[in-house]
Amino acid sequence: MPTKEMICISCPMGCMLSVDYDETGVLKVTGNQCKRGEIYASKEVINPRRVVTSIVPVIGGVEDMVSVKTATDIPKDLMKDCILALKNIKVQAPVEIGQVILENVCGTNVCVIATKRVEKKL
Amino acid sequence: MINKDIVIIGGGPAGLAAAIGAYEAGNKDIVILERDNQLGGILNQCIHPGFGLHTFKEELTGPEYASRYVKKINDLGIESKLETMVIDIAPNLIVSAINETEGVIQYQAKAVILAMGCRERPRGALNIPGTRPAGIYSAGTAQRYVNIEGFMPGKSVVILGSGDIGLIMARRLTLEGANVKTVVEIMPYSGGLKRNIVQCLDDFNIPLKLSHTVTKIHGKTRVTGVTIARVDDDKKPIPGTEEFIECDTLLLSVGLIPENELSRKVGVKINPRTQGPIVTESLETSIKGIFAAGNVLHVHDLVDYVSGEAYLAGKNSVKYIDGLLNENHMINIVTQDGVRYSVPSSINPKNAEDLSLIRFRSTDVYKDAYVSVFLDQERIIHSKKKIITPGEMEQVTILKKWLQDRPINSIFIKIEKE
Repeated sequence: MPTKEMICISCPMGCMLSVDYDETGVLKVTGNQCKRGEIYASKEVINPRRVVTSIVPVIGGVEDMVSVKTATDIPKDLMKDCILALKNIKVQAPVEIGQVILENVCGTNVCVIATKRVEKKL
Repeated sequence: MINKDIVIIGGGPAGLAAAIGAYEAGNKDIVILERDNQLGGILNQCIHPGFGLHTFKEELTGPEYASRYVKKINDLGIESKLETMVIDIAPNLIVSAINETEGVIQYQAKAVILAMGCRERPRGALNIPGTRPAGIYSAGTAQRYVNIEGFMPGKSVVILGSGDIGLIMARRLTLEGANVKTVVEIMPYSGGLKRNIVQCLDDFNIPLKLSHTVTKIHGKTRVTGVTIARVDDDKKPIPGTEEFIECDTLLLSVGLIPENELSRKVGVKINPRTQGPIVTESLETSIKGIFAAGNVLHVHDLVDYVSGEAYLAGKNSVKYIDGLLNENHMINIVTQDGVRYSVPSSINPKNAEDLSLIRFRSTDVYKDAYVSVFLDQERIIHSKKKIITPGEMEQVTILKKWLQDRPINSIFIKIEKE
């Protein structure tokens, strides 16, 4: 039964996890100090996922750029593709926090949403 | 002259939370003075997630975290002045500021809260030999370019220093298409959070070279490369270990320094270890009525801690104005044996909250060691830690009742092997 050592990235504590797993999935996680560690380890061994953040240009806003993020984590392998998919996107001001910027990014069924409010330039 | 009970200098996370703390303690006569054109401070350029797990129990990006506080400030109707630069605080709490529309504005305050944050250590503080080409940026400046203004500082990048901003930028620049060649750290350990080593470097196979530094910057008009070398225990480059790395950009992530020009000018006593004011449990500085919180006080790892600390400073500024802060019975906090500093530096049991947090950093990396707290001779806390590193702030909680049972002269905080 393989064991993997990893550092939990769920919060700044950075717990050192020891994860026992086989082809059926994660069997045992030790070293975590909370439930998030278990969830992270299960995902990280089978299908590592990350939240991706970037910016997109705003047309007619008080600021030139608005920050965005994937609404949930997406497969780690798709991080760069996600950034590329945002390259051709521009949004019209005003932009609200949580506004959908791009649906179903890279076929993940996850939306990219705005994380900042940008008002219209008067 | 405008009379204002509480003048808060800085509208970043510390200033915003301090204002809410003061308001909720019952004083609504508050103004926040902010030199940028928006509230939120440095959070606006920290577009990555990881903020607010303690405060909001969810993982927010910097702009989202800031917006929660800004919304509350607006909902409560707390006054803020943007693009307004404070130029002086007088010992009698007259705060002078300037802006384009009103010229010089003066406030007679009853309490002032310092919330100016910190600045990055610049190249000039490092004495790296070489030319002065374009392409050398502090990591935070690069972060502003990429995340707020929307352009890239370069294509192939070396990062000196493994502070969190440098690590975050390693990932950000990589995702945006740059080639981040290596992160070079002079210390034998990283100055950043472990999670950032994993998700910003390991995820992208970016090598972290510990005990290495940049010994030369090459290039005449633009950076063409850097020479790096291994350093010995005294942090001196070891001859023969030099290696040339071609790059067009060097980012510096070599530490943050609390921004205390105003504090020094008015005569607030500064702790040479933190470069921030020496404060009591109430976050009051050496000058009565002047409080400090956030990164102006000491550089924090987590904005959640900044918000908590600043909320307390706001609340205590109201206690001070109402004449409820007791000025006697200070217990000194002494740091020794591996503890570099503590905030606060003293506790008055009469003013202390039921639970008082003392935050500190270690001088070195300790494995399987104990954080110990002594009330004079008696050891009252002895807690085992797998790892203690200078890059991660530690804290201990002191119960008010411990301090009330009997007279105590000093609280000692130290790191013990067993």
